Amino acid sequence: MSARPQRRRSRRGVVLALAVLTLAAAAHAADAPAAPRPPLVEVADAWVRATVEGQTGSGAYMVLTSREDAQLIGAAAPVAAKVEIHEMHNVNEIMTMRRIDRLALPAHVPVALDHDYHVMFIGLRHQLLTGQVVPITLHVLDAHGRRHDIAVRAPVRPLNSAPPTHHASPAPGSAHG
Amino acid sequence: MDEGPDAPQPPPRRRTLVLGLGAVALLVLATGVLLWGLPARWSGAAPAPALALHGRDIGAEQWDAAFTLNDTAGTPRTLADFRGKVVLLAFGYTHCPDVCPTTLAKFAEVRRLLGADGARVQGLFVTIDPERDTAELLRAYVPAFDPSFIGLRGSEAQTDAATKAFHANYQIVEYQGTVMVDHTASTYIIDTRGRARVVSPYDQPAAQLADDVRALLRQG
Repeated sequence: MSARPQRRRSRRGVVLALAVLTLAAAAHAADAPAAPRPPLVEVADAWVRATVEGQTGSGAYMVLTSREDAQLIGAAAPVAAKVEIHEMHNVNEIMTMRRIDRLALPAHVPVALDHDYHVMFIGLRHQLLTGQVVPITLHVLDAHGRRHDIAVRAPVRPLNSAPPTHHASPAPGSAHG
Repeated sequence: MDEGPDAPQPPPRRRTLVLGLGAVALLVLATGVLLWGLPARWSGAAPAPALALHGRDIGAEQWDAAFTLNDTAGTPRTLADFRGKVVLLAFGYTHCPDVCPTTLAKFAEVRRLLGADGARVQGLFVTIDPERDTAELLRAYVPAFDPSFIGLRGSEAQTDAATKAFHANYQIVEYQGTVMVDHTASTYIIDTRGRARVVSPYDQPAAQLADDVRALLRQG
């Protein structure tokens, strides 16, 4: 006799619990819709070159691997007035450095920003000391034209650090980086 | 004394032949040693002797690689100040994020690779952006790579003359509001007598640069 209402109560409890869980999940999803998915672009080996007092420019280096075909279209960092993506050219030993508006990030191919490309800081707001961490936001456009902001935290390395040589064009078969 | 018919001595004609061949061999050897050693002794102001080098050997071109530029204390410097040392010289600017620090780090690495001989190597960094690269900025920047390295700057005319003397180029460009300087990124190696001897390309590794410096130090 008394078992029935109890069972009903417990069933009601389960329904309530499920409802609460669903609501919580929905609320969580609304708060951070991108949280369950990894960012479009994976960033490895990021670092920034230290500066001496009075120096107003520096560079950031990293390796980017996108999950889908995408393009790096710019960057921002609170530490500099201007942040640009630069491409280097060596023509008969004359080095030129120019801003580019977009850098292709083919799916699953690591693209090294070390020698041929780098993120350039112009108009530094303060000296960059070894050991500090510089937050950078990369602006990436996916194949559907959607913009993704990729957050990077790059440690500052000594002024005389040499970027390791990454191979921007990986050997066939090693594209899954 | 009569020689027995069975004596084990070689016939006299064969002995003369052996002696003659020995003399000729000695003569050839002596001539070789003389020819090998003489050019090094004669090399005073004449074209520098050819060496086995990794970089481009410009000894025979006899560049008039002269400059007058100020160090960061404001003292005028010329190549004569560095006689007895092998000089590594590069042009650059402190706003250069990648090429210039890489080259100066390579110079520091060359000094380390040479061990005790590193003290006979002088690194020089000539700014081709003297307007933005003040003496204060160069004083902080250049020795950050090696305390012995010297930053040099001059007027526009002095900078032009210095780059011309080394057959180098630079051009200040403004591109989309950012001022950059296109410039020759090679390293110039000057021997202990102040003669420009080697042009080393930007991507030549430090170990090869050290080999070339060692060859010039050996030659004196």
